[in-house]
Amino acid sequence: MSNNVNNTHGVERFQDPGLPEHIHRKADHDEGAAKKAERQVAILFLLSAVGTVLAIGSYIFMPQDIVVFIPIMGDQNAAQLGLGLGIAMATFFLGMGAVHWAKTLMPDTEVIAERHEFRSEETDREEFAATVKEQGGAAGLGRRTLIKRSLGLAGGLAALTPIVMLRDLGPQPKKELNTTSWESGTRLVTDPGDRPIKPSDLEVGAVAQVLPALKAGEERTLENVGKDAVLLIRLNPNEFNLDSERLSWTHDGIIAFSKICSHMGCAVALYEQQTKHLLCPCHQSTFDVTRAAKVIFGPAARPLPQLAITVDSDGYLVAKQPFTEPVGPSFWERNSK
Amino acid sequence: MSQKERIIGGVANYVDERTGAAKWLNKNLKKVFPDHWSFMLGEVALYSFIILLLSGTFLTFWFDPSQRDVVYNGSYMPLQHVQMSAAYASTLHISFDVRGGLLMRQIHHWAALLFMASIIAHLLRVFFTGAFRKPREANWLIGVGLVTLGIVEGFLGYSLPDDLLSGTGIRIAEAILQAIPVVGSYIAFFAFGGAFPGHVFIPRIYTVHVLLLPGAFLALITIHLMLVWYQKHTQYPGPGRTEKNVVGYPLMPVYMAKAGGFFGIVFGVTAFLGAVASINPIWLYGPYTPGQISAGSQPDFYMGWLDGLVRMSPPLETHAFGHTISWNILIPGLIVPGILFTGMALYPFIESYISGDKREHHLLDRPRNVPNRTALGAMSLTFMMVSLINGGNDLIATHFHMSINQIMWMSRIGIFILPPLAFVITKRICLSLQRADRDLVLHGRETGRLVMLPHGEFVEVHEPISPEKAWTLTSHIQPVAISHVTEDANGVAKPKALINKLRSRMSSANAEQAPAATISEAKELEGGHH
Ligand code: HEM
Ligand code: FES
Repeated sequence: MSNNVNNTHGVERFQDPGLPEHIHRKADHDEGAAKKAERQVAILFLLSAVGTVLAIGSYIFMPQDIVVFIPIMGDQNAAQLGLGLGIAMATFFLGMGAVHWAKTLMPDTEVIAERHEFRSEETDREEFAATVKEQGGAAGLGRRTLIKRSLGLAGGLAALTPIVMLRDLGPQPKKELNTTSWESGTRLVTDPGDRPIKPSDLEVGAVAQVLPALKAGEERTLENVGKDAVLLIRLNPNEFNLDSERLSWTHDGIIAFSKICSHMGCAVALYEQQTKHLLCPCHQSTFDVTRAAKVIFGPAARPLPQLAITVDSDGYLVAKQPFTEPVGPSFWERNSK
Repeated sequence: MSQKERIIGGVANYVDERTGAAKWLNKNLKKVFPDHWSFMLGEVALYSFIILLLSGTFLTFWFDPSQRDVVYNGSYMPLQHVQMSAAYASTLHISFDVRGGLLMRQIHHWAALLFMASIIAHLLRVFFTGAFRKPREANWLIGVGLVTLGIVEGFLGYSLPDDLLSGTGIRIAEAILQAIPVVGSYIAFFAFGGAFPGHVFIPRIYTVHVLLLPGAFLALITIHLMLVWYQKHTQYPGPGRTEKNVVGYPLMPVYMAKAGGFFGIVFGVTAFLGAVASINPIWLYGPYTPGQISAGSQPDFYMGWLDGLVRMSPPLETHAFGHTISWNILIPGLIVPGILFTGMALYPFIESYISGDKREHHLLDRPRNVPNRTALGAMSLTFMMVSLINGGNDLIATHFHMSINQIMWMSRIGIFILPPLAFVITKRICLSLQRADRDLVLHGRETGRLVMLPHGEFVEVHEPISPEKAWTLTSHIQPVAISHVTEDANGVAKPKALINKLRSRMSSANAEQAPAATISEAKELEGGHH
């Protein structure tokens, strides 16, 4: 501690008085106190044993369907509670016993051990440096540049194989992020239930989650749901604030948006009737339904894609055309005009 | 010699004749460990990791990491006949049809929270006391690695049950992968074996969760502890404690008994939490489907700050030449955390570069005596807290009747203003604490007793402090600012002049101190009083 030298520039600094004198515990010299501590430790260990009995007892004998009410925590399954509290007691008191034992009865005099600087003696360091130089020199790595470079090349290349071998983890994305199952004429069906819907099924102010009707023999996969989920919202037609093209994508006050958030893909599930806002619960991006789901708040950078809808000859709602842009979160190849 | 002593002697003899380890064992059983409550934080992390290994292994016996479709027909009535993944169904099975299964799930989850909380607390202890300084930089790097892997491991574990909440988390992770420029959609498709959510992601992260990362933890923790052993523990400054010694208790038996006992206590607390405090009740959320969401979804706390950063990000995207770059995802999701964690890893090297201090340090700093470092720590913590709070902005909004809008703007402004403010305030506080220490040494402790002087004035009696206390308060390092040469003898700017100027500036800010009191000063004052 070079900077704590006692007398730098004539300034006298405080001195290390050394380790304070050891204060003995009662149990160190009083046999009665020691006996008492021993009993305390034993009691703690016995409490632990009681815990184990409680745990195993609950596991074997407690019926699984008893529910007990515990204030604050609410209803709890009695068997699992007994087992858990038993294990907790068994381990906690075992630990407490050991700690109490160490604190009251094991030696508590502090010991001083020496510490040595890690830096070796100067001669050893020099020898070490010399050895490294000599042995390294023997291999001739410094001189033989051809070996050095080809070794680097080979080593670097060898590390590529494991990376290349990860290639078969999955297929290339191709156009999959750009497309959904919606085609022109695809019927909108309820989710759940898969029933086609007519505009009259939806009152003004109502919301419904829909999916594209399945073609014969097709099954619905989660991958499809993750791109196809659509929200229908019905407003009074005069509440819209849309350009003529987007207005023509609505039908009778019903407007359809992708339900997959344009931010990070959560399901945009909350619709506020008063304000006509759609809210994504993940990061609170808020979209204005009357203005084609324009982002009015939050981290999302793009409106929810709008699906053009109309009715077919039977009066059921159908998609007029596929989505005109990819749904869901952004990706490098996305062409966002 | 008693019977018992003969047996113990026999065992020692047996071991030594086969390993020749008598000398080594003797030395190490007498190894000295300093005692302080803050040294237990790392221990808690170790013990909760062991609890995770034990409870996690129990869960693997029933958990089925598969995204195959099944129809549930276990004993939880509300989900009877519902279609779901085998992963979700088996988690329900563990929760309702394996005795002690729910308990083990809850112990596993509580232990995971305790693990993260304790390594973070341990890291802060190491930071604020300067325990990362030479020669312990390697252990600091390992620690930063453990925190980072811990976040990943926790997220993966949390994602395994494939419920509606965790599935949403995976969806968000997928969006981050997808947002990486140029290769993002490829990485996402490779990771998920095709389009999200696919059928392979959960089996894959399962292998990582139960094999790859636990293996990495085990290796890192082993090296970490071996280094602690070899380099010996640091200690707080105080009478009798120097850079050249370690003062504490020997491994056998005191430290061993205390450590073993403490493991029992940590296990007991975790089991108690698992028994009475419900955590992650996945049966309430239902199986994952991308078209649904459970409102008010909150990640575990160690992910919450990331979520908060994402939430406060402005809606920035670049659209050009047929490509999209999502800054609203990249900045909060990858760039800022990348900078933070890199900065944290490099901190020991940055500090020694600026202070020019290349010595070994085994005595810890009192945080007030290193105002700049302490202030920097307070600044980073404030940054994390603002992010974390914004991660719960929906809960805060409903709880305190504020609009999400207000909270979001408060966070967006707060994240820039509060951390620097925390820096300035903390530095001031440190310096005034130093002055308080000085006063205490020079003027003694206030006793609260008043005495009347002959001329009628009342003064409070000050009691001189003990030599032990005086030493503790004055023995710390008095840093000296170094000025780095910026021009040569002819006054011509040297190469790297700018960097050196910056270094000198930071070095002198670093050295700002209220000087420690000295005996000379005390004597002078004494003289003045008489
Ligand atoms: C640092 C280490 C670890 C952390 C932070 C961690 C974290 C988690 C978390 C948060 C969960 C979700 C629990 C829930 O609420 O259902 C989980 C699940 C799980 N973990 Fe771990 N874990 C760790 C180590 C391990 C190890 C070592 C194993 C096995 C050898 C394991 C096996 C499992 C299994 C099988 C599940 C899924 C079962 C279920 O959720 O019911 N974990 N992990
Ligand atoms: S995913 Fe919808 S706001 Fe982030």
